[in-house]
Amino acid sequence: MENLSYMLAPLFSSKLLIVLFFGTLFGLILGVLPGLGPTTGGALILPFTMTLDPLSAIVLLTAIYCAGTYGGAITAILINTPGTPAAAATCLDGYPLAQKGEAGRALGMATVSSTIGGIFSVIILVFFAPLLAKLAYEFGQPEYFALAIFGLTMLASIGEGSPVKNLIAAAFGILISTVGKDFMTSIDRFTYGINELSEGIGFIPVVVGLFAISEMLTQSTMLDQVFKRVALKAVKLPSLKDYKLTWKTILRSSGIGSFIGVLPAEGGTVASLIGYSEAKRWSKTPEEFGKGSIEGIAGAEAANNAATGGAMVPTLALGIPGSATTAVILTGLIIHGVRPGPELFREQPEFLYGIFGSMLIANILFFIFGFFGAKLFARITLVPNKILWPMIFALSVCGTYSLSQSITDVWIMLFFGVVGFFMRRYGFSVVPVIIGLILGELVEGTLRQSLVIFDGNWLMFLTRPIALTFFTLAIIALLFPLFKKKKITKLKKN
Amino acid sequence: MNNVLKKKRANKSSLPFFLKSSFKVSFIIILISLILLITTFTFDAVPPILNRGIQPATFPKALLVLIIFLTSVVFYLSIKTPWKKESKLPKSFFITLMAFILFLVIAKTLDFFLAIAVFSALVSYYWGEKRIIYLLIVSILFPIIVFIFFETFLGLRFPPGIITNIYYN
Repeated sequence: MENLSYMLAPLFSSKLLIVLFFGTLFGLILGVLPGLGPTTGGALILPFTMTLDPLSAIVLLTAIYCAGTYGGAITAILINTPGTPAAAATCLDGYPLAQKGEAGRALGMATVSSTIGGIFSVIILVFFAPLLAKLAYEFGQPEYFALAIFGLTMLASIGEGSPVKNLIAAAFGILISTVGKDFMTSIDRFTYGINELSEGIGFIPVVVGLFAISEMLTQSTMLDQVFKRVALKAVKLPSLKDYKLTWKTILRSSGIGSFIGVLPAEGGTVASLIGYSEAKRWSKTPEEFGKGSIEGIAGAEAANNAATGGAMVPTLALGIPGSATTAVILTGLIIHGVRPGPELFREQPEFLYGIFGSMLIANILFFIFGFFGAKLFARITLVPNKILWPMIFALSVCGTYSLSQSITDVWIMLFFGVVGFFMRRYGFSVVPVIIGLILGELVEGTLRQSLVIFDGNWLMFLTRPIALTFFTLAIIALLFPLFKKKKITKLKKN
Repeated sequence: MNNVLKKKRANKSSLPFFLKSSFKVSFIIILISLILLITTFTFDAVPPILNRGIQPATFPKALLVLIIFLTSVVFYLSIKTPWKKESKLPKSFFITLMAFILFLVIAKTLDFFLAIAVFSALVSYYWGEKRIIYLLIVSILFPIIVFIFFETFLGLRFPPGIITNIYYN
């Protein structure tokens, strides 16, 4: 009962409501703009959150996360270009339906299913995050090490692209985290006599570089690309017939999305693909998929928004990010002096349930904004890249500089921008680098402390049941791509 | 048998393996990893009497060996898959890259704000914006708004330079 009152608290706080309003609005704008999205947007907004108290800062970031994930659907339906990678599956039926003159109906279904998916996942978050946190009380250093390894292998196996390349990217991310003074011995590593590197490489320069700057370079290679926007009169609420047709799909995809979201990987994208394919498998009219099926839109959108709440479960309960955007949120928590994990649930329930409540409100807010303002948001796509990206560059540079007022951070950001561009070009996802970077300290720290506990005996890891379970799951995760390959080929064919 | 010979000839007529992108990428990653691996041998070590657990260099060493091994796997797998011709990068990409370098030079020698303004104007112009008013908005007005915003709300002090010095004085 007490927790419920904490959850409802944001409703009675004018400050939090204003933060939620602007967070949702900003998230929608970011989601609508192809190439941006909640991860880049969250990283850009992170320096501004320093002016806010911790709860308001995290509420802002989570509102951006929820609304940004939905916003991708608007561009997917109207210009056949997903605003976020998670909306890729929405293009398959959203755009054909819009071309038939039913853009309003397509957007209406995307809005309703995204909202239901989002709310469903917050309920999952409210129930499962405390349970997972309770379980984490049993964890010592070896268990956390095994958990982090499991997280990284899951990221490699169910993330986008080649699992081996994902593992390389994750190892690269962990390697970046080793730059600077060793936390146990203060011995310099990879600093090459540069004083600024002694403190290590910050998260923000890397994330802004890998996402915003590399995307700017990618956009520079696509200047001749022309978007054709489908006309939109008004967003329509789905009809009773549409609800009858899709309610099972929405619920199924909400469950799938929440589950996939909990696993540490780029949840939304994978969730929407699986949600879409399951919607097709269970549909009475699978032949309609790809030609403007309303079930296809519902399946993809409910799943990708359900992944948002799911991804927050390991982030808050264990400090292991469930997606790239939750890695940014995790950084926000750390910057504001909040350490996620079981202690947070015991010591600051009002803070946690405040976040849960805010996510619930953000889902309702983007429903309202989406329903009444989709036409306006669609116009944002008309802002040309030649105006938009130089502005984003100015924001990226100032934002990166502002955190530690270090010009070196700006050089690091540009360096990782170029690295990120070539990584993407040659089929390496940048998401594992981010997760690897944020988990790096945990992986190395827990490994070394475990070895101190075990007196250097590596085999002692196998005597810890929980650690052994995570290692076994990690091996299964590594073998999973062999089974997944067939499924993906089938999905791509479809 | 004939088909096998034909395939071999077809492979021979295509580009040599060292020009294929998968080889080039794998080669660069392994080369950089090897350089970094060599660097780890220069890290200071903790005297055995004080050492608890592993040495500071051990963990990065293990990571680099893992990266080299996995990159070799990527290269091995890429041999088996059909090779796609790599698309050339357009001129606009190199101009943007050059603008980054120009930004670095101006920010380091002259002024941070000026660097942003020059970069924005240059990129916007080469990306196709020829209208003066929009170029001014992108390169002057927007950076001014951003500067004032950061200074007012975050109390940020930008690095000294010819323009920022005038502003601060």
